[in-house]
Amino acid sequence: MKIIVRIIRLALLHKWRLASAYVCLVGATVAYLTLPKLFGHAIDEIAMSIGQENISESSIFKIVGLILIMGTTKGILSFGQHYLGESLGNAVAYDIRNHFYNHIQRLSFGFHDKHHTGNLISRAITDVEALRGFVNAGLINTPYHIVTFVLISIIILNLNWQLGMMAIIFLPPLSLIIGIFRLKLRAIWLRVQENMGELSTILQENLTGVRVVKAFGSEEFETSKFNHKNADLSNEMIKASKLQALNSSSMLLILMISIGTILWYGGAQVISGQITAGELAQFLFYMQVMSLNIRAAGPIVGSFARATSAGQRLFEILDFESPVKESPNALHLPRLIGHVKFENVYFNYAGNTNVLKNICIDAKPGQSTALLGAIGSGKSSLMHLLPRFYDISSGHITIDGIDIKKASLSSLRRNISLVQQDVFLFGSSIRDNIAYGREDASFDEIVNVAKVAQLHHEIQEMENGYETLLGERGSNLSGGQRQRIAIARAILMDTPIIILDDSTSSVDANTEKLIRKATESLIRGRTTFIISHRISTLQKADQIIVLDNGHIVESGSHSDLISFNGHYRNIYDLQLKPQEEVMLEFESPCKVTGTG
Amino acid sequence: MNSENASGKVKSSPKTSSNLIEEKLFGKAYNYRVLKRFLPYLLQQKLLISSALIAMLIFTGTQLALPWIIKTGIDDYITKGNYNGLKWIVGIFIANSFISWASLYAQEVIISKAGLAILYHLRSNLFSHLQKLSLSFHTKTDVGRIMSRVQGDVFQLQEFISVAVVTFADILSLGGIVVMLMIMNVKLGLISMSVLPLLVITMMIWQPFAIRSFLSVRSSISKVNSGLNENITGIRVVQGMNREERNMKNFKSINKESLDATNSAGKLAFLPGPQVDMLTSISIALVLFFGAGMASNSSLELGALIAYVMYIQRFFEPIRSLTLHYSQLQRTMASGMRIFELLDVQPEVQDIRGAPQLPRLKGEVEFKNASFSYVPGIEILKDINLHINPSETVAIVGPTGAGKTTLVSLISRFYELSRSRGSLTIDGNDIRDHTRASLVSQISTVLQEPFLFSGMVKDNIRYNNTEVEDSAIVEAAKVVGAHDFIMDLEKGYDTILQERSVNLSMGQRQLLSFARAIVGNPRILILDEATASVDSYTETLIQKALKTLLKDRTSIVIAHRLSTIRGADQIVVLDQGTISEKGTHDQLMDQNRLYAYLYRMNFADTA
Repeated sequence: MKIIVRIIRLALLHKWRLASAYVCLVGATVAYLTLPKLFGHAIDEIAMSIGQENISESSIFKIVGLILIMGTTKGILSFGQHYLGESLGNAVAYDIRNHFYNHIQRLSFGFHDKHHTGNLISRAITDVEALRGFVNAGLINTPYHIVTFVLISIIILNLNWQLGMMAIIFLPPLSLIIGIFRLKLRAIWLRVQENMGELSTILQENLTGVRVVKAFGSEEFETSKFNHKNADLSNEMIKASKLQALNSSSMLLILMISIGTILWYGGAQVISGQITAGELAQFLFYMQVMSLNIRAAGPIVGSFARATSAGQRLFEILDFESPVKESPNALHLPRLIGHVKFENVYFNYAGNTNVLKNICIDAKPGQSTALLGAIGSGKSSLMHLLPRFYDISSGHITIDGIDIKKASLSSLRRNISLVQQDVFLFGSSIRDNIAYGREDASFDEIVNVAKVAQLHHEIQEMENGYETLLGERGSNLSGGQRQRIAIARAILMDTPIIILDDSTSSVDANTEKLIRKATESLIRGRTTFIISHRISTLQKADQIIVLDNGHIVESGSHSDLISFNGHYRNIYDLQLKPQEEVMLEFESPCKVTGTG
Repeated sequence: MNSENASGKVKSSPKTSSNLIEEKLFGKAYNYRVLKRFLPYLLQQKLLISSALIAMLIFTGTQLALPWIIKTGIDDYITKGNYNGLKWIVGIFIANSFISWASLYAQEVIISKAGLAILYHLRSNLFSHLQKLSLSFHTKTDVGRIMSRVQGDVFQLQEFISVAVVTFADILSLGGIVVMLMIMNVKLGLISMSVLPLLVITMMIWQPFAIRSFLSVRSSISKVNSGLNENITGIRVVQGMNREERNMKNFKSINKESLDATNSAGKLAFLPGPQVDMLTSISIALVLFFGAGMASNSSLELGALIAYVMYIQRFFEPIRSLTLHYSQLQRTMASGMRIFELLDVQPEVQDIRGAPQLPRLKGEVEFKNASFSYVPGIEILKDINLHINPSETVAIVGPTGAGKTTLVSLISRFYELSRSRGSLTIDGNDIRDHTRASLVSQISTVLQEPFLFSGMVKDNIRYNNTEVEDSAIVEAAKVVGAHDFIMDLEKGYDTILQERSVNLSMGQRQLLSFARAIVGNPRILILDEATASVDSYTETLIQKALKTLLKDRTSIVIAHRLSTIRGADQIVVLDQGTISEKGTHDQLMDQNRLYAYLYRMNFADTA
């Protein structure tokens, strides 16, 4: 119920449209319900005229004329009602889509780690559609049916209260059935929608991982996985439709029985002369209107149930508070100098064990800090803390002495560029992709940064140059080009702080050289945090932080750490030095001796 | 350096070449074809559908009987003062109601069973068809677009089925009502139907406007959906680049466009409503007017007049709902078109009819004069001759774009080598003559980007080798060096991985891919830049494991880091689609050509 109330509140934002819909609704209903009365009068006129020589044509004329007027009025007003109802639904869907979109893109990484994109998208599409349908069905059609019921009840009780009572006695059991049904159906619909979400996840994973699927020849395995869920979904939906069928058929039965009762009791009254045949006819006409309405009301009950579960799923997301929150009067940071300090920082993902423990780092403006450590040592987590993609559990992170928790997220992030390992490109032109963070950039600026990022030549060689469209996930660019686009983006952002995840080497030597050149231009003069295993980067870094299992085990410059003879020395001897030695071999003019 | 640079351009991806499933405007003459394609799905459920039809006939009959029973009650008993007869008639009325109830319930349940079965098959067919389609299809078609076929369009068909049933029942009852009206009184029947031509004419004028408007709604909504899709998938960049506000503005504007389109379609959709209302009242007015005359000269009884009014009230109700459902029918036709268009895409790699399975392979791979192109005219591989002995380790090197990945893709039949352009045999068997399944079940591939499915760690390693025991999984994980970190996870091998496996690092994910590759003990192992995306710590782990991995099986390794392949039995250098050098490391270094150059540069670069 709370959910329905919330949906209603959303509709109330468009109160004028809602109010006009209601005006049309009431007018249409009143016009509609005068019709059976007019039909009844006509029947009575005709009944009286039977056997008489001349019928009173004028009174028939009058009634027929009224029927035409009322029919037309009803038509026009109910058009207004339907159209306004529909546009109200559209407006609510529009609002909620905007809201959903905006909310999702502001939720921090902690949220996105846990929610499948397929699931989120299915909520944004199907659940919003369910709400849209409900606003019209639930907020306009339901009152319409209620008004119709109430008016019919008043009219027929007025006409003949005994007969009237017989007609409306069935209302209580009817509403009971609807109530029970609604509760049951809601539970089933929730399961249906869960199943749909899971099915869509399977599909999405299958499609994005199609290379793996093909490589393992697991098409049949995947199909059976899919069909299993597919069958689950079908079964749940069969349950729902059984319930729906039982509901609609039972409602109809109750109504027909009450018509039968009226025929019997009313017929007896006509025989005994207490009411006229026309009045009985009026009753029957009203009951027929009621039965048509009840049939139309059946799906509405379903839409309530669907809206409740869809609403629940949507509001669950909309109510999800981002774990990373801005403080109420957050500081708007100016352009910073870039003095970053981590003081006794602890961090964990959603209450699990600490991923980072007692981290202290002091990175002076313009300095570069290299991070080194085994997988799972916490390097990437550390990188995500500075732009507040996640919040630390204790300690402080300050930039130029300001605690980042006190800053507004946008002003903080405007000072930090992040070049991630997994470069995501949008389905637009190369130019737009480079200017992604700064859409106000001029074309010259974009070309300039592309040059600095060693990308300009390759872009020019493409058919449409900077206007070349990139496909979904930018799959028509090579890994090296994608990485340089990310670097170009960061250069264009021109932030005092750079975070660079350079742990990949997914490119050939030539490209690697280009990337290195681009990277060097990027980090020059900026405070940089860089994850790298490249000996050249480590040697040039102002300080190297060696992480192990969430702790900083060593820190210092390359030469400090080599002479310290600890972890770094160990890694150096095992992994880095072999590179260096080969390198030296090449630098000396003597002949190459490759070993197996 | 420049000679190699040339190939560092955009990979000539086939993506741009074809837009098979491009959004087009359908909606008019195609309807018939869609229905024809849909027919087999209906026939599959013929038992359910025919029983539902019987139930529907019974239900419609009982509903049509109601005014008739009332008429009989009034004319034969009430106006004649026969109370006992009235009781009988009421008894019949009630009995009729129960039949009506039972048949309605049966109709609805059976039809939804049939409908859901159809949807099940359709979804299932779509999915297994997608599995059959070759990689060339998947690389040129967006995931989001396929998703919306399988979900959105199938959902439209689902709506269609329920609407179609209602529509059919409506038409049935329309026909029944016409019959009843004519039976009761031909003249009055014709009078009451006289407004119908007016309705038909206005509907014909209305239709084309409506179609256009409904189609524009569809396309505007799909824009909204793709906007959503991209933003949610790219959320990490969006936040990193502080783009939220700008994105919101863009989204709002496409959302607004969709709102406007939907609203103007709404106007059209409801336009027939008032018309039906007016025509109903005109028709009833006519009946009452002429009926009055007939009643007075006793050619029409009072009950019959009442029944007429009741029938006409029922007659126009279905027409109203037909017009309301019109937009739904249009949408369905468009969806049906898209679904069948997808189902019609022919897989490029297909087993020939009755293809035998490959026997257990030794792993002797031979390319003979093989040439390959994705797009006619742009050769990716030219005249490749390559012989790989069983259990040999072959390294393939060369600049980006030289055709390395294409070469190994042919072995797994991701793409098909055309018969006129050379052959590819394994143990002397032409792979095109055998089932693909029996081929790839003996090949494992580790790709550059690790991909994991949501589910448990152990299920990711086992993947489709469902018969593999847990102990073998642990064994494989130990071999590749993944066991330790798996045991550190909260639930060890039972830990459930999230989408994109953000709870694992890239290196960890790749270690799992390695474990997955060897758990089925393949005869041929293909490593396509498998260590390129991992950190050097993981790389060291993998290098250590490689000795065991490569032992006793044919291995084909693509690597950029040339230090990792020095031990290979054979190094093949690809340059612009041709094999330019072949030999061991030492031989190639002595030749001092492209390999030696690349090798030196590889190391010089780390300086």
